[in-house]
Amino acid sequence: MTIPAPKSARTFFLRPQDMIGIALLALLLLVVLPLALDNFRLQFVGKYLTYAFVALGLVLCWGYAGILSLGQGVFFGLGGYCMAMYLKLEASSPENTKIQSTPGIPDFMDWNQITSLPWFWEPFRSFGFTTLAVIVVPAIFAFIVGFAMFKRRVGGVYFAIITQALAAILTILIIGQQGYTGGINGITDLRSLHGWDIRTDSAKTILYFICVGLLLACILLAYFVKSSKLGRILVAMRDKEDRVRFSGYDVSSFKIFVFCLAASLSAIGGAMFTLQVGFMSPSFVGIVPSIEMVIYTAVGGRLSILGAIYGTLLVNWAKTSFSESFPELWLFGLGGLFIAVVLIFPNGIAGLWQSYVAPRLGPLFGGAPTRRAAPPSASPPASGPIAPAAAE
Amino acid sequence: MFSEYSLTELSSIFLMQGFAGLILFSVFLLMALGLAIIFGQMGVINMAHGEFMILGAYVTYFTSQFFLNFIPGLFGIYFFIAMILAFFVTGALGMAVEWLMIRRLYKRPLDTLLATWGLSLILQQLYRTVFGPREVGVELPSWMMGSLPVTEVVEVQINGLFVMGLTIAITVAVAVLMYKSSWGKQVRAVVQNRVMAGAVGINTEKVDRYTFGLGCGIAGVAGSAFTMIGSTGPTSGQLYIVDTFLVVVFGGAQSLLGTIASAFTISQAQSTMEFFLSGSMAKVLTLLGVVIILMLRPQGLFVIKVRR
Repeated sequence: MTIPAPKSARTFFLRPQDMIGIALLALLLLVVLPLALDNFRLQFVGKYLTYAFVALGLVLCWGYAGILSLGQGVFFGLGGYCMAMYLKLEASSPENTKIQSTPGIPDFMDWNQITSLPWFWEPFRSFGFTTLAVIVVPAIFAFIVGFAMFKRRVGGVYFAIITQALAAILTILIIGQQGYTGGINGITDLRSLHGWDIRTDSAKTILYFICVGLLLACILLAYFVKSSKLGRILVAMRDKEDRVRFSGYDVSSFKIFVFCLAASLSAIGGAMFTLQVGFMSPSFVGIVPSIEMVIYTAVGGRLSILGAIYGTLLVNWAKTSFSESFPELWLFGLGGLFIAVVLIFPNGIAGLWQSYVAPRLGPLFGGAPTRRAAPPSASPPASGPIAPAAAE
Repeated sequence: MFSEYSLTELSSIFLMQGFAGLILFSVFLLMALGLAIIFGQMGVINMAHGEFMILGAYVTYFTSQFFLNFIPGLFGIYFFIAMILAFFVTGALGMAVEWLMIRRLYKRPLDTLLATWGLSLILQQLYRTVFGPREVGVELPSWMMGSLPVTEVVEVQINGLFVMGLTIAITVAVAVLMYKSSWGKQVRAVVQNRVMAGAVGINTEKVDRYTFGLGCGIAGVAGSAFTMIGSTGPTSGQLYIVDTFLVVVFGGAQSLLGTIASAFTISQAQSTMEFFLSGSMAKVLTLLGVVIILMLRPQGLFVIKVRR
């Protein structure tokens, strides 16, 4: 259980060290990286940051509430596909597609002998609806899954397996229904957002800053949830679910809420991914990407909001640079990372920071400006590398 | 969707698809058996199970190559030797993995899941580096080729029949081992109450290690059988892992009978629907059906009451 920090030490929902941490991250993403990297590399960082939304959701859902979802790719994909459908419809105006046998519908539908726009594509002509759908559709989906499972007290391993199965199902469905979804290639050749060409370099830079802005907003939201009473109940629930239930709390509602929140966060990431990268395909939905997103969180520190962001950047940076020079080694590295993060440093980078760097920085600043880590568990860093069991 | 077929055609279709479903059932059941032991009895999520199976398949492939090149006279029986080899090789790897990794993680099932996923990535890349990225297939001995006619339109392949027979034999062997032998009693005692089992003198660590080894060994045999009906590549194992986990969970994690029943239901549903719908929709509908039933009945089909 968390030992509540004294009220006086907090200005509002952020502790001073959290504010320093967020400010440093903002400085890194908004000033240092755009100045240090060329446009091409910056777009890579922008792509990584869309995964950071997923990692952020997983910190709340897995780290704090102890619900390991192996299907976050589903929500990332739903958000991404919602946005891609809107962009695709805009790119498929009758003038652009007049060589098709049915002008005005996306090209892949034409290739698959579909002659009119399916009903569920129709609402995505509106930008307002699309924005709403990016956040709401995954949340509704998460609510249905969460309601069915948590009300029956299914959790832990079973939940992980079933969410993984859902990721598999959605991938097979998208690939199978080629005429409606673009199949294995996904929805490609996206051009403009509301008349604004998203393929130019300047547009991509603007999108990068929008992405960082949204991410920072989501980080603040995550801190707000974490420091609220809700956040404390989540941690209590993870550690001793029965006691929380016996105290009169409806455990399942809290779980459903945090699962839906994580889903919406992932979906925002997915939508930003579509905008920045310019396509969406089933390869970001399935089992493999979903579980890779879990490792971003684990490497960063499953209990640390900021750690998850750094973890995402670090793993993806390693992935890109390894795959460029030694493609064969990357899978060994990733596999080793999975094992190491579980056996050797279960609290990730944030845990290492907390145990080794922060204590030395402490005296220098006269306080304890623990930049990245804010472990909510009672186990102090000195108690060794064993993480509080994420879920029993 | 049935209207365009006549009654005799329909019955043949169901018979043919039923037989194809039985082969799928054998693969599911063989994989699920090992997993049911590891997951159902020990509560360990082994995401690398598919890779253990593929190791068995590679062992079989190399045994067949060895027999083909050095003792072609005995080629007809290589499969049985390959199966035994596959069992011991994968079993030994399984025990090593248990000793190095799993035993530190018994209290953290979700972390086991991540660690074994990492292991599966490493094994996949290892197979790719060592054995090459191409899929390999074994040559069947002559007595396993061909098919037996059942009616005028329905034929069954001999290798399919053989795999089915093998599945039944292994299932019976596992059932006897788990429910009749004293070692099986020890395993079940450890599952039901680890502390008490330790107190009455069972070496729980040793039981854990051998149980994990046995589960992996059976996966190896499953891989052996798999080579009879399909080709083997470094990532073939991953194709089956989700289905297999669903089979085990759907059946009720601790029930052998449940595993058999659910493997049968899922494989038959999938294979029958495959004829009338596209393959991907059949798979989607089957998996979705299983997930929905699991949401309504999370404990699975068959439940063994265990006092915790």
